[in-house]
Order: sequence, then C-alpha cells, then structure tokens
Amino acid sequence: MTENTDALAQARALDGLLTIGGHDFRSRLIVGTGKYATNQVMVDAIRASGAEMVTVAVRRVDLDRTKEEGILHHLDPKEFFLLANTAGCYTAEDALRYARLARAAGFNEWIKLEVIGDQTTLLPDVAATLEAAKVLAGEGFKVMAYTSDDLITALRLEDAGCVAVMPLASPIGSGLGVVNPYFIREIKRRLHVPVIVDAGVGTASDACVTMEQGVDGVLMNTALAAAKDPVRMAHAMKHAIVAGRLAFLAGRMPSREIAVPSSPLEGMLD
Amino acid sequence: MSRTTTIKVRLNGKERDVDEGLTVRSLLESLELHPSLVVVELNKEILARDAYGDTPVREGDNLELVHFVGGG
Repeated sequence: MTENTDALAQARALDGLLTIGGHDFRSRLIVGTGKYATNQVMVDAIRASGAEMVTVAVRRVDLDRTKEEGILHHLDPKEFFLLANTAGCYTAEDALRYARLARAAGFNEWIKLEVIGDQTTLLPDVAATLEAAKVLAGEGFKVMAYTSDDLITALRLEDAGCVAVMPLASPIGSGLGVVNPYFIREIKRRLHVPVIVDAGVGTASDACVTMEQGVDGVLMNTALAAAKDPVRMAHAMKHAIVAGRLAFLAGRMPSREIAVPSSPLEGMLD
Repeated sequence: MSRTTTIKVRLNGKERDVDEGLTVRSLLESLELHPSLVVVELNKEILARDAYGDTPVREGDNLELVHFVGGG
C-alpha cells in the first residue's frame, strides 16, 4: 500500500509470531477499547495500531439508553479477536462471575483476569487473582492474568495454567512507563508462557523500552485513548513495538561509560 | 377488552413492572435488545441463549442483562 506498510512488513518478517494459547498473532500489541472520545476515533485508532486482539469489559446494558450502546455495534468481532476482561472486580468471586458471563457471550473462552486490590493504585490483589486463575483454568478458560511485577506470583500464575502472564509496567492509566525493568526481564527469563506487559505505558518510547526487555507483547489502552491524537499515537505505538522487539532480537551493543571512537585511529595526517 | 397484568421483577438492579406471561426472549424483544448481543443472568445463574424462548419471567425474578462495553 504505502512505503510505511512495506517497511513494517519487512520488519515483521524478521520476527516470529506471537503465539498465545495455541493462537497466532502477527501483532505484539494488544489494545483496549475504553475511554475514547468517540467510537469512530476508537475504531480508527485500533485499526492504525495494527492490533488484532482487543479487550472489552462486561457491564450491565443501560436500559434507559442514557449511555452508549454495546461496543459490538462499533467493533466487528470478525475483524478483531475479543479479549473480555474482569476489570472492576475486587474479589475472586466477582471475577469468576464476570468471566463466566463473558464466555456466555459466545465469542471465545479467553479472559483477561484482573482482580484489583486497591482503589488508589489499582494494583492487583495477587492472592485473589491466583485463586480465580486456578478455578478459571480448571473450567477451560484461556486465562491471561494481569498481575504485579512480582516474579513469584508470575510463576504461580503460570503453574495455575494461565496461557499468558501480564505484569504491569506501572499502575493502570498512570503512563509512567516501566518502573522496574529488571523485574520484567526476570519474569520473562523464568516463565515459559508469553509475558505481556499490561498497563502503565504512556508513549511510544515506553512501549519500545518495554519490548526491549524481551517480553512478548504489550497491552495498552489509556496511552492511545488519552493521547491528543489517538490515531497518530496508535501509528507511533505500532512502530515502537516493532522497533523495540527487533532491537531486543538484534541484541544491543554493550554500554560503557567511556568513549570509543568509531573512525580509525590510523591514517591520520601529520 | 384485554387487560394485561404486570409482575414485579428486578431488572439490572432496579424494580420494574413487566407484563405477565413474558419469556426471557420476549422480554428482550420488548426492550429492543438483540438476544445475540446480550447475556442474561437469571437469579444469579447464567441462562443459555437457546433457553431464552422457553424460560418464563416470574414474579420476583432477579435478571441481569449484560453486554460488552469499551474497556482496557
């Protein structure tokens, strides 16, 4: 189509697919659908991001029609792979209820498990998340678990049967980027299932740095929805994810706190 | 003259009077909701879609009608 598309295709050809729970994705970017100013901007931004998997939330139908209608009036479930979430749940029991409702919608058995433990930071309740993950995996759900950047919890979630573990970069909606790259790297080094960094990415450089840690993908929502121009930011994120991934695969040069000349020292004039 | 009697149900957390004799399917239709886009929880149990037409709405039922909305 355009030069940019070709460049992106060439870049992607140097990377493998992202395989989660037996399903292949070309894009390593997963995006949310919340908080956009309009549905049209949401759809345009998601298309621009190149994401194939998109998250949605489960909520009551507004019978008074004072709020907007369901998202599937705007987003074609044939075009995108829907990942329902349990956002807003504060107990394992609630998360199970929302996950089961989401599966009953009939699209797939995938769930982004999220059990929040604190209203101020929205940090996950990892004990409740683990408890819910065990039950849902036992019921045949493909669980992608949102969690803290704690290695032991991540290992336990993998043991519980999660198809992906999703540590946060920083708190949901904060845009602070990866606050603890070491723990993210350590989680990636130790787990066998895909590690998707979920929450906290603010701008393209954050996404790039996150991917440079070696993780399998990034999930973001606010970074696009709250950008002044979500569609432009979605393009930027698409390239940043690919750039960070390729930089990781390429293997960076060693960093050192001395200068090393790039040009030959020989052949200088007298 | 036909007189419709109504029954009280709890619908998405609010008391509502609905016509007696409705099934879950006809209730959704009366609310102009497409059954394939809505999941129904009846008295805390998820109701299978193929049961909507055979499931009567009874006095005192607690119904939750949910769907997908934007979220992260």
